[in-house]
Amino acid sequence: MGFWRNQLAGPTDPSRDAAWDDPEPRKGFFTDTSICIGCKACEVACKEWNAIPQDGELNLLGSSYDNTGSLGASTWRHVAFIEQTSDRIEQARESGSRLVQLGMPSVGAPAPASAAVGATSGAAPAPALAGVNLSDPDFAAAQATAARELGSVPDFRWLMDSDVCKHCTHAACLDVCPTGALFRTEFGTVVVQDDVCNGCGYCVAACPFGVIERRDGDETVKNAGIAQKCTLCYDRIGHDQTPACAQACPTTSIKFGDLADMQSQAQERVDTLHSNGFPEARVYGGNQHDGVGGTGSVFLLLDEPEVYGLPPDPRVTTADLPDMFRKAGFAAAAMLAMAVAAFVGGRK
Amino acid sequence: MQDLSNSDCIVIQGSNMAECHPVAYQWVTEAKLKGAKVVHIDPRFTRTSATADRHVPIRAGSDVVFLGALINHVLSNELFFKEYVVSYTNAATLISEEFQDTEELDGLFSGYDDDRGAYDPKSWAYASKEAEEEGGTDDQSGGEIGDPGSGHVHGEQRSEQAAGDQHGSGGPPLEHARVLRDETLQHPRTVFQILKRHYARYTPAMVADTCGISVDDFAYVARAVTENSGRERTTAWVYAVGWTQHTLGAQFIRTSAILQLLLGNMGRPGGGVMALRGHASIQGSTDIPTLYNLLPGYLAMPVAGQHDTWQDYIGAIGSKKQKGFWTHADAYAVSLLKAWWGEKATAANDWAFDYLPRLTGAHGTYQTTMAMLDGEVEGYFLLGQNPAVGSAHARMQRQGLAKLKWLVVRDLNMIESATFWKDSPEIETGELSPEDIETEVFFLPPASHVEKDGTFTQTQRMLQWHHKAVEPPGDCRSDLQFFFDLGKRLKAALAESTDERDRPLLDLTWDYPENEHGDPDAEAVLREINGFHLSGDKAGQPLSAYTEMKADGSTSGGCWIYTGVFADGVNRSANRRPGQEQNLTALDWGWAWPANRRILYNRASADPEGNPWSERKRYVWWDQAEQKWTGEDVPDFPPNTAPSFRPEPGTGGPEGIAGDDPFIMQADGKGWLFTPKGMVDGPLPTHYEPQESPVANPLYSQQSNPSRKVFPRKDNLWAPSANQPGSDVYPYVFTTYRLTEHHTAGGMSRWLPYLAELQPEFFCEVSPELAAERGLENGGWATVVSARSAVECRVLVTERMTPLVLSGRTIHQIGLPYHWGVGRDAIVSGDAANDLLGVALDPNVQIQESKAGSCDIIAGRRPRGEALLRLVEEYQSRSGTTALTGNELRTTGDGS
Repeated sequence: MGFWRNQLAGPTDPSRDAAWDDPEPRKGFFTDTSICIGCKACEVACKEWNAIPQDGELNLLGSSYDNTGSLGASTWRHVAFIEQTSDRIEQARESGSRLVQLGMPSVGAPAPASAAVGATSGAAPAPALAGVNLSDPDFAAAQATAARELGSVPDFRWLMDSDVCKHCTHAACLDVCPTGALFRTEFGTVVVQDDVCNGCGYCVAACPFGVIERRDGDETVKNAGIAQKCTLCYDRIGHDQTPACAQACPTTSIKFGDLADMQSQAQERVDTLHSNGFPEARVYGGNQHDGVGGTGSVFLLLDEPEVYGLPPDPRVTTADLPDMFRKAGFAAAAMLAMAVAAFVGGRK
Repeated sequence: MQDLSNSDCIVIQGSNMAECHPVAYQWVTEAKLKGAKVVHIDPRFTRTSATADRHVPIRAGSDVVFLGALINHVLSNELFFKEYVVSYTNAATLISEEFQDTEELDGLFSGYDDDRGAYDPKSWAYASKEAEEEGGTDDQSGGEIGDPGSGHVHGEQRSEQAAGDQHGSGGPPLEHARVLRDETLQHPRTVFQILKRHYARYTPAMVADTCGISVDDFAYVARAVTENSGRERTTAWVYAVGWTQHTLGAQFIRTSAILQLLLGNMGRPGGGVMALRGHASIQGSTDIPTLYNLLPGYLAMPVAGQHDTWQDYIGAIGSKKQKGFWTHADAYAVSLLKAWWGEKATAANDWAFDYLPRLTGAHGTYQTTMAMLDGEVEGYFLLGQNPAVGSAHARMQRQGLAKLKWLVVRDLNMIESATFWKDSPEIETGELSPEDIETEVFFLPPASHVEKDGTFTQTQRMLQWHHKAVEPPGDCRSDLQFFFDLGKRLKAALAESTDERDRPLLDLTWDYPENEHGDPDAEAVLREINGFHLSGDKAGQPLSAYTEMKADGSTSGGCWIYTGVFADGVNRSANRRPGQEQNLTALDWGWAWPANRRILYNRASADPEGNPWSERKRYVWWDQAEQKWTGEDVPDFPPNTAPSFRPEPGTGGPEGIAGDDPFIMQADGKGWLFTPKGMVDGPLPTHYEPQESPVANPLYSQQSNPSRKVFPRKDNLWAPSANQPGSDVYPYVFTTYRLTEHHTAGGMSRWLPYLAELQPEFFCEVSPELAAERGLENGGWATVVSARSAVECRVLVTERMTPLVLSGRTIHQIGLPYHWGVGRDAIVSGDAANDLLGVALDPNVQIQESKAGSCDIIAGRRPRGEALLRLVEEYQSRSGTTALTGNELRTTGDGS
């Protein structure tokens, strides 16, 4: 039963589930936002390699240095720019300190299977502790105040985060795709086959991160009407090449490699930042007990996920299938029972 | 560049390194991951500030006050690296009795000449024995000490020819190698004591009132740099055009050089003053210059009336009596002339010296533009340059182009400088009309860098070869082919000429092998630059080092500092051994001039006895057993000169270098805290306000650099400064800059959708406080008005801009990226920020002041057509500005 349940939610090896007999080690990104300089080389390199058309109307969005807005059919890497003053920085430190108090979710750590349902985001406390508030909010607040007095809370900061498809363990886009256009690769990543996709758009609604979209445009636009998203450079990694974005990143903010390695690098970097006095650092994604069974793209964030436009509690739609079936089953059983009762009653 | 990762502290000031040099910034990231502290000092909070440990906002153009206060802090608290300073700098050297400091003359140094608006540097000389009866330990007694100014051009012409830049890789010549020194540093006329007095008034309070930097922020930076300097630790300073583009730019850099010498950070790993260059080979274009006043390898361009004969010239570029490698400047110059004119350059005709043109004045880009307006320039070549958008006072540039007879534009795209005649803003205002413009524009398509072979010389003086990946499409040609072919055609056209003036062209060696498309072999050009033996048993073989160059015509070489790049016939710029297969110095990656040396003056990384200052900062040291210098890098020192070596007094040349003279290109072997020669606007940096400034100089009644270059013209008006009437008409400071997403004037980015969409529109950056004061809305429109023009832009209201409070008065700064221009061909276009700028230049290098200006900002879009001119005129008239405003060089009294 556990195996079948994990086909819909929770920890699993997605490549084996997809019937790859001898899959490659699962690949993924680790995007370290603490050393991102917002140069957008990743956006450009991605577009260049994947021949993605111009996105949008060439308007200034008035949203700091972000004129792309979000991930979409024609933007597979997107750098978010967030300007914050000291109040918000303190809040970030407080929330970070609370996570530290609780113990950050150590990646890949065993946790009760029952925790899979109702897990929060990778950035949140370990599921086993969810709902049990061990933290002392006063302590966290005091720590933040002390930091401010020491001058370590700056008046201002500018956060940058290069977002990308999460290549989820339980990928809603793939699960709902009726044509088989989306498939799981031997690297554990999720890729659209342009020539199979019929543009139905189910995947667009299913993605809990808002990553995949159908491309707008007339027949002159490549793949217009087709669902498009990051392929984790399937055509490069199959030839031992680094994905274009990671290759172009000048500060190694975007790292590429075996997912397990990326996860441990992320945890290591968070530990370093904590010991350097940045309690706001946290890992996002990669927690196999979260609502998507863990992501293939891991991020180091310096504030809560919402601040970066990331869902705090992403949840694959299929995770609810057992429950829905169970309820539907109950309903069916109840109706059957009523029907039987009606017949039985009618005989009277 | 990778040496930055050895730094314990990196101060980035006058540069937005992460945005404008993102690839180099990997080494700052690396240093930071290793625990280094990174401080960013800049008017704006940029993407560099975002990853720095601290951002310190500063008023544009006030950097000398901040750095001077650090110098004062280091001197008054005895925080300098004493052994280094005494042994390796000219701190102990005595200066002439004639010298008078700005502190004595209210903002002028001795030697200022009002008529020429320039200095005679005679009184800044090192002290002479004769005048030195009353004291000072004369450690190298005797000998004549000449006037370091003699034999050199003075005054108007001197300053016109941008003398400071001529000395490039080395110091300017002195007539002597002997100086008077007091190594106790107590003599009142030692450089050390002069320095102390000069910067005594540069205090944290002065910094707060002038730069708008809090005492806390100052203390933070002071602590960071002093705690991270000394035997065990090093600090690096990084700058770019945020320092150079001022009327005092060269002196900004000098100030940091003084500080870094005092802290003992020069010539050592993780130290130095790192100049970041903004284009792929802009370093190469100064080494083998596109500058009017230099010949390759920083040899001076001869000046009419000063260098009329070969002897005059050779005497002026390197005295045989001074120390170091500039004494062989004659060998470098002869080899250059042999490379250019081959057999035609002989001892009998002074190596064809008379084939070289002579300078008659300044011919920088701005003087040339004004000459165009005066109808003195007929034709113009633009290669990789878009002055209609990218040069200061872009309006003047476009109007100048409209006066040419012909214009050749070689560019990847149909840039605004090629289409100005039909779509420039002046067409819209009615100032120009296509029917009246007689300029014939020839647009020629070039090959891009992937379509041709060649080198890039980057920031670190490193040449890196790039191989042609694909053939250029259609009619596109490499620049090399274009010029080679142009030369051949000109030679053919003049073949029958008997006119003397055509000889230099006709006699020029012009014989590179070509491929089947007529493209010359770029390696053959590099080989010629490297140089050959011309006679003897090595005839025809490449030179392996510039020390092999001879002044007797037996060697040729197109740029002495590049000699060695083709040593043994191997193109060393194409070396590509991956970094992980070598140590961090990576000597097998590319080739850096001179002699593949990665850190200049690296003898200073060892103590006077030749041992590393510390294990942690070990780099180059004396190997006693082998009796030679060795280490991680190519030692920058005569290889077998022992640390204890002391030459016979009066010995010139490399043999005159003592074992503890690490600055081997300087005439006295020492790092110059005080420059007796070489800077035309003063031997010590002193603070002056920018050409346009809302602030009065707090130090002196001398408001601005008294030797800056100004051009009083009706089309080059200035806002009244400081407290003059009308200064409130243009109350705000603006500063121009680049963004990561675009490249300079946009020729390589505004035509590419992937880049254009990332920063699609011209915008200004303003603080929420200024937005409130002027009713500006985020995402809305604003019009920025200067004394020259008005432009419109979208508004970004951001906390990244900080209003500065100076003595209780709030100063608002406005940020303006300058990538957009008015035209119809690019994917994105917009008004050009450079239209707002005027032309006032640094006297050393003739760079325009584009980092600080005065303006007003109002909500909404600008008027169209002629109404735009009326808006600008209305402001001008309200401020009362005239052609004289701001152009008075001397503003201090007759203190002479």
